[in-house]
Amino acid sequence: MINALNKENFQKYIDSLRFALYCITHPLDGFWDLTHEKRGTYAAANTILFLTLLVRVMKLRYTSFIFMTVYWEGINIFLYIASVAFPLGMFVVGNWGLTTLFDGKGRLGQVYMACCYALTPYPLIQFPLMVFSNFVTVDEAEFYMVVSVLSLLWAAMLFIAAMGQIHEFGLGKNLLFMVASLFAMLVIVFILLLFFSMISQGIAYFISMGKEIMFRL
Amino acid sequence: MKKIIKSIGALALGAMVFATSSLSVLADEKSYTYNYDYWGDVQDSPDAYTVAGVYTAEAFGLDLNFKSPQGMFVKDSMIYICDTGNNRIVQLERTGPVKFEVVRIFDTIQGDTEVTTLSSPTDIAISEEGDIYISDNGNARIVKVDSDLNYLLQFDLPVDSTVSADSTFQPSKIVIDTAGRVYCIATSINQGLCKYEADGTFSGFVGATPVTFDWMDYIWKKFATQEQRVRMTSFVPTAYDNIYIDHEGFIYACAGGMEEDDLDNGDAAAIRKLNLMGSDILVQNGEWPVYGDLYWGEGGGYEGPSYFTDVTVFENDIYVCLDKNRGRLFGYDDQGKTVFCFGGNGNMDGYFRQPSAIEHMGHDLLVLDSLDCSVTLFTPTEFGSLIYSAVEDFDEGNYEASGESWKKVMELDGNYDLAYIGIGRSLLRQKKYEEAMDYFELKYDDENYSRAYKQYRKEWVEEHIVVIVIVILAAFLIPLSIGKVKKIKHEIDIADIFRA
Repeated sequence: MINALNKENFQKYIDSLRFALYCITHPLDGFWDLTHEKRGTYAAANTILFLTLLVRVMKLRYTSFIFMTVYWEGINIFLYIASVAFPLGMFVVGNWGLTTLFDGKGRLGQVYMACCYALTPYPLIQFPLMVFSNFVTVDEAEFYMVVSVLSLLWAAMLFIAAMGQIHEFGLGKNLLFMVASLFAMLVIVFILLLFFSMISQGIAYFISMGKEIMFRL
Repeated sequence: MKKIIKSIGALALGAMVFATSSLSVLADEKSYTYNYDYWGDVQDSPDAYTVAGVYTAEAFGLDLNFKSPQGMFVKDSMIYICDTGNNRIVQLERTGPVKFEVVRIFDTIQGDTEVTTLSSPTDIAISEEGDIYISDNGNARIVKVDSDLNYLLQFDLPVDSTVSADSTFQPSKIVIDTAGRVYCIATSINQGLCKYEADGTFSGFVGATPVTFDWMDYIWKKFATQEQRVRMTSFVPTAYDNIYIDHEGFIYACAGGMEEDDLDNGDAAAIRKLNLMGSDILVQNGEWPVYGDLYWGEGGGYEGPSYFTDVTVFENDIYVCLDKNRGRLFGYDDQGKTVFCFGGNGNMDGYFRQPSAIEHMGHDLLVLDSLDCSVTLFTPTEFGSLIYSAVEDFDEGNYEASGESWKKVMELDGNYDLAYIGIGRSLLRQKKYEEAMDYFELKYDDENYSRAYKQYRKEWVEEHIVVIVIVILAAFLIPLSIGKVKKIKHEIDIADIFRA
């Protein structure tokens, strides 16, 4: 019984992962079905996000130096991962926070899932491109550049399509809220900065008070 | 018990302080010679040059001390120094590796001219035939005399509509080409170099620096009144500071005092190599522009970019620029890559107070200091000589010898980027593409890497052409045949005759 369930779950996971390919080729239809027909899973979304981060890190090492020279002394792998994951998280929260006030139908988890699905072109294109980069000379560098930019543009387009379908917004409203989400991200950054600087001030206060007491004793 | 813990703590703290301080001492101790790597990080380097001697007038055996000497010229083993403040020229001969003898000292010329004395000579140049050209600044002329100082010709204020006829001609630096044409930098003339034909006629200005201006200033100027405009800085070309003519007849002109922003965004060049048309043909294939120090932060009372006051070019196309600001010498190769940087301001040997001119004699360098009134003689070390022999061997086509020299350079300094690229280039010429690629990749030389890789890829494809064809065929045929087999199987399965 458990085995059968696992098998069923696994099949569902594979199907939802495969559905990402449908999403990126049929964005409007795909992202509608993603939530409304429950064809996406969190497991698949997590997998795509993981692959995106993995490919991004792998690119550091395995892209030909013609396209990417890495100053290894200046690389912090966690910061490097956070440079994608953190803005993504902020966008998800910011977008959900805003749209939920303005008739957005998507829930937080659904926004996250759609965002991850929209990232699909990145690992899908960048990984083969990374391998390809090792077989070209500077004269042929244009191919790499064009395809690389295309993958990013594609993902950006998917983001817009995904948000529109999740929240059931029209095009104008959707674009407006994409821009508004960016501002929401700025607000989040501001509040986080404020929060951490306050916390560190507070901690510093207690540390110095502790030191003072130690000296007096 | 408490005491023990305390003492251990103190010991540990002491050890930590000691460890960090010794580390910081190591980090602070910069070597005399350094280099910029691919990332623009300063890499300490073995010395390329050492001081063989610092010569004052006394050391040369002169009667008078130098007084703010400005110009210097080297021809074969002869050295001419313009002792500007004493209105005379000193000619020395190098008779031994570190030995100089005075040949003659002259402050007058003979012949058919009104003024026979020299006044503040700022520069001197000797033609192939031995004629001497003196930039006689105080007498507003460039005078040409033969080797026995008999007056031949003089070059006066340019006759041009852009030059006011009643202004004084103040020639500062001169060079002559093989045809006897004179190129001159004159104070308050910024249209470029004044070019004179061999017969003394002025024939035009060449190679003015491109005019740079600030957009904000430009817009302000549009709204300003006539009076305000007069007070504003005008957009004019920057005058050159010094010129040098290399063995191929190209003029290297350096202009110090460029704006930091202009240098940074490439609007201004600290040094230009001028062809006959006066356009800049300096190759800048290095990772960093040819403008001396990359970091211009204040330190030791000096700030701003390097101020190139003179330049000299070796026969192997390596050129050395002299930075007046921080008293440093910067060597660049024909691709514009840094070969060495060394020197500094100070009173020790190998440091300068106000360097004004640089010349080379063979591979040795001579630097004239106008405030210290001395000439510093630098001779290349083993490291420096190896670099030169590697470069020269490569230019002559001895690629293997060049590679060997670069390998020795690399043994002396593993952080020397040019050595890796040099080895790679030598391997590339020897058709060892795969090894060459490794060296280029280590130092991020994508152009050369691509050159090697292209050949390597071509060879690989030629060697494996059979396998490649088989793989491609297989990629097409196998799916096709699988489909075919399945179809046949299907037809057999549904065929009537097998249905009992």
